[in-house]
Order: sequence, then structure tokens, then C-alpha cells
Amino acid sequence: MLREVLVISISAIFIENFVLVKFLGICPFLGVSKKIQTAVGMGMAVTFVMAMSSAITWCIDTFVLQKFGLDYLQTIAFILVIAALVQLVEMFLQKMLPALYNALGIYLPLITTNCAVLGSALLNIQNEYNFIKSVVFGASAAIGFTLAIVLFAGVRERLEFSDIPEFLKGFPIALITAGLISIAFLGFSGLQL
Amino acid sequence: MKKTFLNGVINENPTFVQLLGMCPLLAVTTSVINGIGMGISATVVLIFSNVAISLIRRLVPDKIRIASYVVVIAGFVTLVDLILKAYLPALSRSLGIFIPLIVVNCIILARAEAFASKNGPLKSALDGLGMGLGFTIGLFTLSSVREIIGNGTIFGISVLGSNYQPAIMAILPPGAFILLGLILGVINIYKARRKGNA
Repeated sequence: MLREVLVISISAIFIENFVLVKFLGICPFLGVSKKIQTAVGMGMAVTFVMAMSSAITWCIDTFVLQKFGLDYLQTIAFILVIAALVQLVEMFLQKMLPALYNALGIYLPLITTNCAVLGSALLNIQNEYNFIKSVVFGASAAIGFTLAIVLFAGVRERLEFSDIPEFLKGFPIALITAGLISIAFLGFSGLQL
Repeated sequence: MKKTFLNGVINENPTFVQLLGMCPLLAVTTSVINGIGMGISATVVLIFSNVAISLIRRLVPDKIRIASYVVVIAGFVTLVDLILKAYLPALSRSLGIFIPLIVVNCIILARAEAFASKNGPLKSALDGLGMGLGFTIGLFTLSSVREIIGNGTIFGISVLGSNYQPAIMAILPPGAFILLGLILGVINIYKARRKGNA
């Protein structure tokens, strides 16, 4: 059991990195990666929401949808749960940890439309993970997301000062940089677990 | 009318100008068939959700409008998902979780909020068709470049002859990022040239 959980965790972080290999959560990856500080904040918020949403969507799927044969409602049910969860987290943080709430700012509501969150909920069901595996998978995938976005922000901060051909400035060079980081992550695919 | 339609295809092309919907664009463009399949599915959802949202735009209270839009969109996505599973199981399998993930495709919510919630159903349908077509063009461009370089084929038909050594990197994830970056760069050159002439 422990071994399996460890394998799921390592492969979600490195081998099947959500952003660089599976292309989930590209919007915040490209949008919120201009500074390392905001990248870290976004990563933390996503990690929190993804671990929680994995747990809750798993429970809803197992105890409500599967039980009553309503699998086809998965997409609708999950997106509603995630939207409600993000709202709840927002209210909770505002009340209990105002400092963190202010630091995350507008990134909190944006998490609803981060496809990594819905993606991990759907993958948990597709891979038939149990409760513990689902939570570990969700949290690890989010840690992988954080790792990618922080690395990327680090490179982008330096890009500001480098001499880039005019036509590649802005978005194109960011995509090419992401591609180079993705090549680095391809190296992990040789890992035998 | 024509303007509404062309707006999505060219002036505000969701892929090349607005840079929306990047996740499916990068993920499913390993072959042209997948790219077009994704494009058509997203277009269908866009048209139907735009019309539905335009019809209910006066009934929905302002505060919960985003949540209601998401539910409408999720309903149509589920429909498309079930239809694909029933009639095109092979395509459904290769697009995988990116079909249900159309729900969180920013293009669809953006059109609902920016266009359908302010215009009538017919105009909204046209806008959906235009935006969907623009997205499909984006998917087609990237997927044909990736398939030709990475596999030497287009629609599965060999175009570069049997001597061509496919550069598999184009089909692997890094290829998607780098090629899209280069395509956007080329578009920038074209735009700069046109500005210079005008």
C-alpha cells in the first residue's frame, strides 16, 4: 500500500507532470508566472484546493453518483463541487488567515477554471483510485504544478533582461521556454518505479 | 451578421489573438484527426451554450450568472461526451479527459460572459460558430504542423515519402510548446510586415 502510494506520488510530480506532460492547468501556468512570489502563492492555493477537491469529489462519486447509477452527471457535479469549494476556501481564508488571503488575491477565484482541478478529479475516477490514493494523487499533481510554475517563473524573471528577437517577445518566447523545461522533464520518463 | 461571424474567425481568433483555450490546444494536437475532433466538439458546445445563455440572459440574477453559465455549459458538454462515446468511441478514447474538460475551456465561458449575455440568440449562435471555427483553425494549424514533422503524415496519409525520418519530438509534449511558440512568432512577423506597409 505504502509503496503504491509513493509510486503514485512520485509519478504525478515528476514523470507525468500535470503542466509539462499532460497539459493541464496551462492558463495559470502562463498567466501567473511572471514573478516567483505570485507563482508560489498560486501553487499553494492550487495544492490546497486540489487535495480537498480530490477527497470531496471521490466521496460524492462513490457514495452518491455510483450508488444511484448517475455516473453521467460526473462532469456537472464535479464542477459545481469545485466552484463551491473554492468559494468556501475563499471565505474561510478571508476570516481566519487574512494575510494569506490578501497574498493570493484574485488567484483564488481563478482556481475554479483551472482544468488541473477538474482533471485530477476525473482522473481519480478513471484510474479507480481509492480514497487515500485519490487524495495523494490530487496533492502530488498539485505539487508537480507548483514545481513547474515556480521553475518557469524563475526562468521568466531572467528573460526580462535578455535580448530576445522582436517577433518572439512575450508569449512566443514563454512557450518556447516552457518547451525546453518540458524536455528536461522528459528525462524523468526513464525512471523505473 | 457577417461581421459577428468573421470576428471570431480572424480578428479575435481565440487561439492566435486571444490566446485562450491553451490546454486542449497543446494536448490533443498530436494528430490532425484529434485536433479537428476537438474543434468540432468545442464548436458544438459553443453554439448551443451561447444560444441557451442568450435565451436565459434576462432571467438569471447578476450575482449567480457565472455559476449558472457553468451549469448550462456542463450540460451540453455531457451531451457531446455521451454522443462521442456512443458513435465515435475511438475518437472519444484518444481525446480522453479533454472532452469533459471542455467545461473549463476559457473560450466558452468568455463568450458566454462577453457576448451571449448581451446579445440575442441568433447573433449569439453566429458568434459561437465563428469562435468555434477560429478555435478549430488554430487546432488544425498546430496539429498539421505536428503531424507532418513528427510523423511525416497528414490525416494518416504519408506526405513526405518513405525516406523521411520523423522527428518524434514534435509529437511529444515539448514539441507542442515550441512549435506553438514558433507559429505565434511567425504570425507576429506577418503582423509587423503588414503594419509596415500600411
